[in-house]
Amino acid sequence: MTARGSSESRAVAIAVVSTFVVLAAIVVVVTQSPGWDEFKAYFLNWGYYSDSFEEIARAFLVNVKIFLVVEAIVLVTALLMAILRSLPGPVFFPIRALAVVYVDFFRGVPTILVILMLGQGIPALQLSWLPTDQIFWASVALVLVYTAYVSEVYRAGIESVHPSQEAAARSLGLTRTQALRHVVVPQAVRRVIPPLLNDFIGLQKDTALVSVLGIVEVLRQTQIDQAATFNGTYYLVAATLFVLITIPLARFTDWLVARDRRRQQAGRLA
Amino acid sequence: MRKLLVTSLLLAAAAALAVAATATGARTAPAAKAAIPGCAPDSLNLVEDGVLTIGADNPAFPPWFGGAEKTKPWKVSDPYSGKGYESAVAYAIASQLGFTKSQVKWTVVPFNNSFRPGDKPFDFYVTQVSFSPERAKAVDFSMSYYFVNQAVVGRKGTPIAKVRSIGGLKKYKLGAQVGTTSYQYINRWIRPSSKPLVYDTNDAAVQALKNGQIDGIVVDLPTAFYVTAVQVDDGVIVGKLPTKGTKERFGLVLEKGNSLRRCVNRAIARLWANGTIKKLQNTYLAKAGAPDLK
Repeated sequence: MTARGSSESRAVAIAVVSTFVVLAAIVVVVTQSPGWDEFKAYFLNWGYYSDSFEEIARAFLVNVKIFLVVEAIVLVTALLMAILRSLPGPVFFPIRALAVVYVDFFRGVPTILVILMLGQGIPALQLSWLPTDQIFWASVALVLVYTAYVSEVYRAGIESVHPSQEAAARSLGLTRTQALRHVVVPQAVRRVIPPLLNDFIGLQKDTALVSVLGIVEVLRQTQIDQAATFNGTYYLVAATLFVLITIPLARFTDWLVARDRRRQQAGRLA
Repeated sequence: MRKLLVTSLLLAAAAALAVAATATGARTAPAAKAAIPGCAPDSLNLVEDGVLTIGADNPAFPPWFGGAEKTKPWKVSDPYSGKGYESAVAYAIASQLGFTKSQVKWTVVPFNNSFRPGDKPFDFYVTQVSFSPERAKAVDFSMSYYFVNQAVVGRKGTPIAKVRSIGGLKKYKLGAQVGTTSYQYINRWIRPSSKPLVYDTNDAAVQALKNGQIDGIVVDLPTAFYVTAVQVDDGVIVGKLPTKGTKERFGLVLEKGNSLRRCVNRAIARLWANGTIKKLQNTYLAKAGAPDLK
C-alpha cells in the first residue's frame, strides 16, 4: 500500500514537472519569436476581445440554431439510410445501390461545395414554389452531408450486432421489422453513441461554412469585425465560443464511454 | 488645406529637382524620370530591389482594372494593361518614382491578406481599400487617390427600383461583400429591418441578387456601373448614397512604418496637382450620373 502510494505520488510529480517544462518551452519559443509583438497586437488585443464578444456570441446563436435543427433531423434520416443499406435479399438491391451511391457522393464532395451548389444553384432555378432562404438551403445541405456520414456510423453499429440476436428474435416470432426495431437497432445505437457525438461535434464546427451563402453567423461576423479594424483577435472570440460548446459535449461522450465500459465489465463479473 | 499642401510640396519638389539635375547632370541616369528628391528607385525600401511590387486582388474587376485577360494568373482584367483606374494610377505613381513599365510587378494578394501581420509580399496594395483610423493602426495608408460614394443596385421592375430615400430602403433585404465599407454603410446608416447578407465576394452578392435571394446590393458607385452594365442584365442603379460622416476615400495599403510611404505620397500629390488623377478619373470612372438617394 505504501509502495503503491509513493509510486503514485512520484508519477504525479513527474507529470507536473514535465508539463511545466513543456509549457515553459512553448512560452519561451513563442514570446522570444521575432514577430511576437506584432502577433500579440494582431491576435491578442483584450480591448477588441471584450468589445466584440457579445456581438459575435449573438452571431453564434445562428450556428447553434442551425446545428440543433440539423442534428435532430440527421438522427432520424441517417438511421433510415443505414437501415435501407442493410436491407437483405436481392429484391432490395436497387435500394441498397441507391443508398451506396448517395453515401459515396455526399461523403466525397466537400461540404462547402454542397452548401454552395444548393444555396446558390436551387434559387437560380427561379421556381417560385421553392424557398430561396439561405439558412434553409444551408441546413438542407448539412442534413444531406451529415446523413451520409452518420448513416455509416449507424451501419457499423447495426453490423456489429451479432446475427444470432436477430435469429433469436425471429425464432421468438418477431417479424424482421420488429426484430430490427426492438432488438438490433437499440443495441446498435447504444454502441455507436460515442462516434455519433463525434460526428455532431464535426457538424457544429461545419456550421461556420454556411457563411459562404451570405449568412452572418459567427465566422462571417468575425470577418466583418476583422476587416473593420484590421485586427485578428476576433478569431479568438469565435474559437472560445466553439470550445465552450464542444468541450461539455466531449466530456459527456467520455462519460458515456466510461459508463458503458463499467456496465459491460459489471455484466461480465455477474 | 490639401491644395496648399500639394502646392508647397510641388514647389519643394521643383526646387529639389533643379538641384538634382545640376548634381547628376553629367551622368546619364537610366531612371531619369525619378524627379522626386530622395525617392530614386535604388533608395527606396522595396520587397525586391529595382522592382516596384504591387499587390491587388484577383479577379481584377473593371473599372478599376482594364484590358483583356492576358498575364497569368489575372482574371477578368489585367493589371499589367495599365488600363482601368487603379492600374493607371499605379503606373503613374511608378513613373513618378522613376520606374519603367517593365519594372512594375503585380502580385495577387486577397484583401484579407493585405493587412495580416508579418512581412508583406508587396510594396503597396491597391484594390479599393477605404481608409479608417482603426485600420490605420494596423497598416499605413497613402494619401487618397479616389473619393468614393456608395450606391444601391437592384433589378428593374422590382419595388426597390422605385425607392428615392435611405429611409425607403429599410424594408428591403440588402447584401454586400464582407469587410467592405458598403456593409458598414448598410449597418450604420440604412439599418434595414431584415438582417443584411454578407458575401465573400461581390460576385456572390450579385448572384444572390440575380437569384432574387436579396433585393439589392450596396457597392461603390463605379462598381455599381460595372455591375449594371455587365453582370446583371436587368440591373439598375437605384441611387447614389449620400456621404455620412467623413468622406470615404481609397488609399494604397503599405506595411506599417514603411519609409516608402513618404515617396508614394509625394507621387500621388503630384498626380493630383498636375491633373493626371482627374484625367484618369474622367477616362475610367466618369459615367452618366446616378440618382441621389436623400
